[in-house]
Amino acid sequence: MSPKALKGINRPNNLSCFTTVFRSEAGCSERTRCISSGLWALWSLVTVRADHLPSSPCTPSTALLSPRLDELRPLYMDFQATTPMDPRVLDAMLPYQVNYYGNPHSRTHAYGWESETAMEKARKQVADLIGADPRETVFTSGATESQQYCVARFYKAKKTHIITTQTEHKCVLDSCRILEAEGFEVTYLPVKNNGLIDLKQLQETIRPDTSLVSIMTVNNEIGVKQPIKEIGHLCRSKNVFFHTDAAQAVGKIPINVNDWKVDLMSISGHKISGPKGVGALYVRRRPRVRIEPLQNGGGQERGLRSGTVPTPLVVGLGAACEIAQQELEYDHKCVTVLANRLVQKIVSEIPDVVKNGDPDQRYPGKIRLSNCLFFLKWESLLMALKDVALSSGSACTSASLEPSYVLRAIGADEDLAHSSIRFGIGRFTTEEDVDYTVEKCIQQVKRLREMSPLWEMVQEGIDLKSIKWTQH
Amino acid sequence: MAASSREHVLSLYRLLLKESKKLPSYNYRTYALRRVQDAFRETVEDPKVVEELLNRARDSLALIQRQVCIGKMFAIQKTVVEQEEKKSD
Repeated sequence: MSPKALKGINRPNNLSCFTTVFRSEAGCSERTRCISSGLWALWSLVTVRADHLPSSPCTPSTALLSPRLDELRPLYMDFQATTPMDPRVLDAMLPYQVNYYGNPHSRTHAYGWESETAMEKARKQVADLIGADPRETVFTSGATESQQYCVARFYKAKKTHIITTQTEHKCVLDSCRILEAEGFEVTYLPVKNNGLIDLKQLQETIRPDTSLVSIMTVNNEIGVKQPIKEIGHLCRSKNVFFHTDAAQAVGKIPINVNDWKVDLMSISGHKISGPKGVGALYVRRRPRVRIEPLQNGGGQERGLRSGTVPTPLVVGLGAACEIAQQELEYDHKCVTVLANRLVQKIVSEIPDVVKNGDPDQRYPGKIRLSNCLFFLKWESLLMALKDVALSSGSACTSASLEPSYVLRAIGADEDLAHSSIRFGIGRFTTEEDVDYTVEKCIQQVKRLREMSPLWEMVQEGIDLKSIKWTQH
Repeated sequence: MAASSREHVLSLYRLLLKESKKLPSYNYRTYALRRVQDAFRETVEDPKVVEELLNRARDSLALIQRQVCIGKMFAIQKTVVEQEEKKSD
């Protein structure tokens, strides 16, 4: 029987039965004990005897990517890109993946009713985290889809001006570019050196025909926290819709859409230890924000986003939001301590390191250090630090070798922009992780700097900007 | 009454720690241990809150047991930091 066929067989539900099986699996070459289901034992024997496979009964397809058991996995320090799913979230989702598989929009039977109850409960959990009404939340496939609804054609005939910043996430900037091609006028507000926008400049930029202001709450690359409350009040006073991309901020800082006077907000599931592929959109009801549906069909989600709501994913998102609300203070405390530890240790050992972004108005878990390398490119440090999973910019721009546009926007020099890396700390980071990262980072930076001819020149006191590089 | 409930809380704490140590994933294991220790170190006066927290602890215990099983089913290689821990032990 093929392993795939065996997978479908009913396995015993008894937890103790499982633990018996696992306790007996001590290595690839050991036999397993027979348990209640004979076929289950046969499957285990087949797996255990295969030396090249890991010692678990189920061989996930990812085993093909890194088959060797003695290869160690790198340390994950890229919490801005995505976060590991919290075990409590997984636990909440599994019943809806296995047993409660009904379509939440089926009105005629219990399967539909129980899924709908779960979906509404998740909606309340998401709404409670941001201080909104459950009727104001719409489930989408992620923050990018939520953004498509927001950065869109509001009152196209009369108001054709949109304001955003230069440090926004790519999905907002790309949507703005498309709107520009359609005839809208978009102003990309510059940011100050600390990454924050100038409120006065925003006030002056708002015109009578401005329909939307879109500013992200916490920047994913430099971690600065914009003064959303002030911006919200300003926009409300000028009768302009205000959208904020809170994907990186939800669950990490306290949010209240009513205090902040936010009209539209995008939430992403996988940034708050939830599942990937789900997000939410907050759409204010009073005063009403009329957005156009992008997906038409059966009229689900108040006609704004038709399509079956994926119950397991939204249950996961709801659970993630509830956990984030409960753990907000604790996580913030832990992350602050670890972030300070990381920065202090690096800055004390390596001279000429600059931390990008405002030191106070920030979320501590997102640290970007520039000039760690002083005229060494970030690729060399990231390749040297192969034991630690780090990045130099947002995941969507990580394929490009160009320095991050966010750093250019905050006025960093070319050299600084080329030599900066981003550390992400989250709920699951430990002190050992930080110490290990710091140790490796210091070691590799010192080693690379010793090899670098530019560093030698700097040590001799030559100003690198004064050098005229000859062309060949 | 106070003595038995203290015993009860301590036994729950020990059970939670014992189960948390079995989690195969490095992230989950370290987080669970740290969270359980910090949660039980907090001082709570109100008996209703204590009751609610104890209920949550019992649910967490069942959750961790389930996650231990699931984790073992999908076990992968260890992280670099775990190897360092083993070397230093």
